[in-house]
Amino acid sequence: MTEYNGYVTDETIEGAEDGPLAGRTVAVKDNISTEGVRTTCGSAMLDDYVPPYDATVVERLKDAGATIPGKTNMDEFGMGTTTETSAFGPVENPVAEGRVPGGSSGGSAAVVAAGDADLALGSDTGGSIRCPAAFCGVVGIKPTYGLVSRYGLVAYANSLEQIGPIAPSVEAAAELLDVIAGPDEHDATTQEAPEADGSYAGAADGDVDGLSIGVPTELLDGADEDVVETFWDAMADLEAQGASYHEVHLPSVEHAVEAYYVIAMSEASSNLARFDGVRYGQSGGYEGNWNESFADAREEGFGEEVKRRVLLGTYALSAGYHDKYYKKAQDARAWVKQDFDEALENADVLASPTMPVPPMKRGESLDDPLTMYLADANTTPVNLANLPAISVPAGETDDGLPVGLQLVGPAFGEREIIRAGSALA
Amino acid sequence: MSDPAVDPEEVRHVADLARVDLADDEIERFTGQFVDILDAFEALDDVPETDRDAELSNVMRPDEVRESLSQEEALQNASDTEAGQFKGPKVS
Repeated sequence: MTEYNGYVTDETIEGAEDGPLAGRTVAVKDNISTEGVRTTCGSAMLDDYVPPYDATVVERLKDAGATIPGKTNMDEFGMGTTTETSAFGPVENPVAEGRVPGGSSGGSAAVVAAGDADLALGSDTGGSIRCPAAFCGVVGIKPTYGLVSRYGLVAYANSLEQIGPIAPSVEAAAELLDVIAGPDEHDATTQEAPEADGSYAGAADGDVDGLSIGVPTELLDGADEDVVETFWDAMADLEAQGASYHEVHLPSVEHAVEAYYVIAMSEASSNLARFDGVRYGQSGGYEGNWNESFADAREEGFGEEVKRRVLLGTYALSAGYHDKYYKKAQDARAWVKQDFDEALENADVLASPTMPVPPMKRGESLDDPLTMYLADANTTPVNLANLPAISVPAGETDDGLPVGLQLVGPAFGEREIIRAGSALA
Repeated sequence: MSDPAVDPEEVRHVADLARVDLADDEIERFTGQFVDILDAFEALDDVPETDRDAELSNVMRPDEVRESLSQEEALQNASDTEAGQFKGPKVS
């Protein structure tokens, strides 16, 4: 275990002797299934759940020779922006004392930032790889939807989430992406990336000469002053290396965070219905009929944030409210997609601060879920549009807090964002 | 559609639909929070109707018997089993 609570389970899984990741450790977020090693999703509900199979990404890690040093702590079922909602206690930020590491892959980013793992896997439903990468001063990639198999990832909101790498450098993150990317017969939503020329790691050549960057003004409005200043310093750095930037407008993103939460909560209410204490999950052995016993087990096994989202999702899908919330959210999703496509016709990549704020103080956001949800304004649009994005360290605020810069690319444009990001980290 | 009037009864009803037996203090806390959160979701009323991406196709695979979990593996995380089957509470 670590003093900042980065691991839920520190059981070592050895990979093959040879391979591109031989000799390296890759920590795995605890919502990714590992055969024979418990996988809790940060929830008391799955306290003693031991998957009988490996997730496809875990199989690929083992085949590539990686050693998995343990399963990393996370917001329960991936629901959070701070990694404070785990049933196994909050994670502290190893590079900013008293602050949160970001969420929900906070344990994965923390173990990489602290040097307790060479690399890590996280999952990103609305920013859960990029946010902790930004808050811990490391690199995180949210791949294009369909590039990385979700087989064996315990589902939270499956139309939005992707597994992706967290690493100290862009090149190392790209090397890990090379190992996990690609079609999987167990996940019909995966597909071959078009124009799959060369490795992702090979794209990390730092060459941004002639790169055209669009900056969506909406994603700077309302962001913390220190964060915006650090962002522009990093942009000046890219400009000095031969890139150019121009402002772009994405009016749809003003509604993205609300649309994201309606869709994610709706999918969560459906996905988490399986935790009934009969096939798996805590049963509690309650008396009464199925529904009563089920409701008792879920009251006890789920934490507050999970219950909040399951209930709001049930509400958004219920008779009378479906058109008002869920259907409107799907319209917003289509609008966001169109906006990004148009902006990316006149730019190679789009850039913004990853998070509008520096890492929050621990405990600060727990009492006010809405404020925490709104902090995801810059990351959630990317998931709605199914696009790839990377968070790279942009520098620090005057108080020494890490700031991340997000680069968004066109679908399957991982090489573009890796190339651009590698000019900074 | 009128504005959502979230009261404790409504939260209790949704919790019942979601099969989560909330404690009284949770109902009270959620009621207040749901008012704020659903109010923020009202912003979606400004979203114009948008054409959805139509480039979707079904992905099929041949319907063939493949390797799968053994019965033992499938049951290994259940708290109660009997004669190779999951054992649950009464359905009604």
